[in-house]
Amino acid sequence: MAEKTVAAPDIQTPNTTESTRHHERYVAPPVDIHETRDGLVVLADLPGVAKEALAVRVDDNVLTIRGHARHAVPGDVTYREYELVNFFRQFELNDKVDQSRITADLKCGVLTLHLLKAEEVKPRQIEVRVG
Amino acid sequence: MADWNHWQTLEMLRREIDKVFNETDSRSEPFFRTAFLPGRAARRYPLINLYADKEAMYVEALAPGVDPDTINVSVVVNTLSIAGEKRRVAGDVQPEAFHRSERATGKFVRHIELPVEVDENNVQADYKHGLLTVTLPKTEKAKPKQIAVQVSEESASTL
Repeated sequence: MAEKTVAAPDIQTPNTTESTRHHERYVAPPVDIHETRDGLVVLADLPGVAKEALAVRVDDNVLTIRGHARHAVPGDVTYREYELVNFFRQFELNDKVDQSRITADLKCGVLTLHLLKAEEVKPRQIEVRVG
Repeated sequence: MADWNHWQTLEMLRREIDKVFNETDSRSEPFFRTAFLPGRAARRYPLINLYADKEAMYVEALAPGVDPDTINVSVVVNTLSIAGEKRRVAGDVQPEAFHRSERATGKFVRHIELPVEVDENNVQADYKHGLLTVTLPKTEKAKPKQIAVQVSEESASTL
């Protein structure tokens, strides 16, 4: 089994952002993070979030994912099992991530972020010379 | 006590427990349930919202990251079936490479009984931003009819 797999915390607890203007409810989207040779891949489930309503930012080593989910269905609700809410989650990045080369891709409600390792921390093959 | 049905009792107990967890009380809206396939049980997933207007019923299913090729929507009389598969991660990733694994994945199927008759031949399904929307037009019989009220002069004069 995966050694590093962390049990999912209770991420469905709503949080509020403290702001003077308005009070919005957020949930943290569930994410998968795995490491590749070149860096880290972050996948986040953001159902109902369009490209225009998604903001991915890096400020002072903090990666922020913020998305606003919208329903696009006409008619009145007759039965409801879920509520689309806004998503918000932050991750702290360390120096090992090249913050200028982060790519984001949104497809079928899943955000894929590629965080590339900085050149200096990439594994390097050292050639051994026989003297 | 000879005809006591233990299995039935167990089944009832299981349903009671499910009810507590699912909060099936229709009055309380299940806010913040935005997860897809929680680990506990896969029976009632994907989660759906049901909408209706005069012309049609709309089913919106919460299904982020489902491979569009695997989505299978079918209607038999008034039962809608939604099936599909959410794959884990593209490519071959070793389990040791995972730092976090919170997104649930797997195959799912759900049957939804609709409260009205629908026109099976004109059902449309659309998958956008991780939400699957199925539009089910109502049959002519199920559409609301406007009934014109006749006002007769006699009854009006007696008032």
